[in-house]
Amino acid sequence: MTVSRRDKLLAAGLLLLLVWLVVYPILLVLLEGLRGTSGWTLQYVRLFLERPTEWRALWGSLWISVASVVLAGALGLPLAVLFARYDFPGARLLGALVALPAVLPPLVGVLAFLFLYGETGFVSLLVQRLSGMQEPPWRLQGAGAVLLVHAYSMYVYFYLFTRASLASLDASLLEASASLGAGRWRSFRRVVLPQIYPAIGAAALLTFMTSLGSFSAPYIFGGGFRVMTTQIVATRLNGDNELAMVETIALTLLALVALAAFRGSRAPDAPASGRKGIAPAPRALRSRGLRLGLTVLAWGLTALLLLPHLTLLLVSFVPIGTWTVEPLPPVYTIQNYLTLVQDPVRVRPLLNSLWLASVATAAAVAIAVAAGVLGIRHRVRGGRLIESVLALPWAVPGTVFAIAIATAFSVRAPWAGRFILVGTAWILPLAYLVRNLPITSRAILTGFRGLDPSLDEAAASLGASRGRTLRRVTLPLLRPAMLAGASLAFVTAFGDFVTSIMLYTYDTRPVSLEILSSLRQADVGVAAAYGVVLMVVSGVVFAVGADRGSAG
Amino acid sequence: MTGFLRVEGLVKRFDATLAVDDVSLELARGEMLALLGPSGSGKTTTLRLLAGFETPDAGRIVVDGEDVTRTEPVARRFGMVFQHYALFPHLDVGENVAFGLESSGLRGDDLRTRVARALELVDLARFERRRVGQLSGGQQQRVALARALAPEPRVLLLDEPLSNLDPTLRERTRKEIRDLIRRVGITTLLVTHEQEEAFDLGDRVAVMRGGRLEQVGTPDELYGAPVNLFVGGFVGRSSTLEAMVLSVAGAATRVRVEDVEWEVDPGPGRPLPVPGPAVMLLRPESLRLSPAGPNAVPATVSSRRFVGPNALFALRTDRGASLEVAGPLAAAGPGDRVGVVPSRRSGGAIHLFQDGAG
Repeated sequence: MTVSRRDKLLAAGLLLLLVWLVVYPILLVLLEGLRGTSGWTLQYVRLFLERPTEWRALWGSLWISVASVVLAGALGLPLAVLFARYDFPGARLLGALVALPAVLPPLVGVLAFLFLYGETGFVSLLVQRLSGMQEPPWRLQGAGAVLLVHAYSMYVYFYLFTRASLASLDASLLEASASLGAGRWRSFRRVVLPQIYPAIGAAALLTFMTSLGSFSAPYIFGGGFRVMTTQIVATRLNGDNELAMVETIALTLLALVALAAFRGSRAPDAPASGRKGIAPAPRALRSRGLRLGLTVLAWGLTALLLLPHLTLLLVSFVPIGTWTVEPLPPVYTIQNYLTLVQDPVRVRPLLNSLWLASVATAAAVAIAVAAGVLGIRHRVRGGRLIESVLALPWAVPGTVFAIAIATAFSVRAPWAGRFILVGTAWILPLAYLVRNLPITSRAILTGFRGLDPSLDEAAASLGASRGRTLRRVTLPLLRPAMLAGASLAFVTAFGDFVTSIMLYTYDTRPVSLEILSSLRQADVGVAAAYGVVLMVVSGVVFAVGADRGSAG
Repeated sequence: MTGFLRVEGLVKRFDATLAVDDVSLELARGEMLALLGPSGSGKTTTLRLLAGFETPDAGRIVVDGEDVTRTEPVARRFGMVFQHYALFPHLDVGENVAFGLESSGLRGDDLRTRVARALELVDLARFERRRVGQLSGGQQQRVALARALAPEPRVLLLDEPLSNLDPTLRERTRKEIRDLIRRVGITTLLVTHEQEEAFDLGDRVAVMRGGRLEQVGTPDELYGAPVNLFVGGFVGRSSTLEAMVLSVAGAATRVRVEDVEWEVDPGPGRPLPVPGPAVMLLRPESLRLSPAGPNAVPATVSSRRFVGPNALFALRTDRGASLEVAGPLAAAGPGDRVGVVPSRRSGGAIHLFQDGAG
């Protein structure tokens, strides 16, 4: 179809908007890091390079991310093979349960860990009592604790990606391999592994980037152990604004270098056989002993992986100050939840998060749909560029964006596209929006790609205007993709902590910050209740998105 | 007769490739023209230019005296049936058919009547509330036809209308389409790479290659008098032999072929051959098997295929050329040594092509 002038103008407008939202703030950070009171200077860069703490934080970010990939892989890969290839009682249920942490906000995971393995946590108390020690058996602090939380919350990437990839294997390939005389191990190494390699690579990349940008875990468990994200926030709180900018640049560079390295070393794409054929059926185990062992192992692992969230649930029913040294809480109450809805101060963050996330989600969906209509349906030149800008925030840690947006929108300079939004209600939806652009647009643009282009042409040949085609054909067909994209965006924004902590105001404080302040006031039950609400809302929204997404 | 639909000097370039190269066509009102060609020949692009999904770099499209070259597809009033039908999956059969009628502002009872009439036309009267996913391929195709025809377009465009159907369904559907379009009397252009489809559906057939129109004519003309080797080879079964024209005398042109001499009839309507090298296009029925003799090309039967009461013999000549010859079943069997001579019964089915003419 021919590209109309109006489309070209709209596409240019969209690109401009995206550059202003995504690229411009980061460029401003770069500029601020290189400018002093009297013009250009490398003084802050030098300061950064000279301080060993900065190098330690940078190194910390790097190694903890690599270690997280290794550990999460070590946990997630066997789980994927276990659930994809073997059949045992409860396999389906457990397989779904194990994937749960995928939809939970990082802060909830951290909170749950705290209640379980923290100094006054459930397990720690239990061990302390059983061993008769005076002190808690361990302190959940430092690099080890961060790594534990990372592995625990990121194994799902490996689990989900690899499992999906294993499920899409063509059984006839394995049969062909067996008929050519390859044993099980050789089949796995030569046939299965090369096919799931891209999935493993994708999971590793996602884990690495998530760890690099991880903030909640190092912020709460890090103690003396600093990574770049926490370092940036600390520097900024100290008032060393320019140094914080340089740190931000350093973290961005680290992310981009890592991304480039991954892209460069990526395995060749899976062979063309793709999704044809029938997935291999899970193997029922013949040996009863093996079957029993596997079943116990799977149930045990699942329990272990879900224990933190069960603990969170438990703690949310405990009245303040009643659970001190007993292994199980002596008293239960629903008062914590009642507080959330009755106390206006406590309700506020829930309502805040709700509207902030809704606005950000709606905006992200609208932008993604516009990009799809212009770039994919109407094939406007520059569609690819728009897509790249949309995907960019994915490569940049959340802390960086928080700093960038705080920098860009704390100055009034309308001629330069800068307005004072910091301190207003609009800064958080804006930050959430930018952070959500990659996931929302990936889901929605994939939906656009799945639409048969001749549907548009059919509508045109039947005399339908572009508006009517969009309303009657494109959007109804895109509903599943839009729901999927929207639910992902909403869940992320609803539980966001990393950008919120730098940009919130008291009036717009979201749930995550209220959790933090409840913890500080030792109001553990309320914090847990908030956590459970986050968990349930995230789970429900995600399930609705996925369900409607596939049924629609 | 000036055509109801006229295409004049259409050119479409995609980057470096010339997809459609100076194509001109003329269709009478109610005529059905088949665009036939191998994939990549530009036939689909021509169709899309007509529908308005692509804009030509040069040339004009005129329908009923109105130049529609720059008219948006929305306003062109050309109905189109897509290769994969492009039915709206979220709408039911009736809503699909109503879609185009609603564009022209039709509502209420009028709309319902017209939808019902369109569905009746394709024999799907009771399927109005079915979802398109529940229909068979043949039914989907009829819905697509009903949807395209409902707004009473000026021209109907069909893109490979049968390619998506089961081979067993094709013949029946072909007949249904032909009857339906005759009944409606709409000017129709269809695109296909199947010669049988084109010959069966088209009043005339236009053969395309590499973006150019090679020949336009009735099926008889294309088969009996192809303008070049490509058309001759693309239409119907044939084999080729290199030959040397010795003397030209109308129906008794002498050629030397593989060391023997044949007397052939190059047929009317083509420039007379001149002495010199040529390529002969041979239909299976224009040759016959004969005992090896002084004027027979010696060959070996490599296989025999049954076609009705006759057989098609695949031969390899002693010089290594492949030939296909029709004959009675009992004439020879695989491995037999045979001779090949021109058949006198079929007049003019041996075509000589020389330099510059194909």
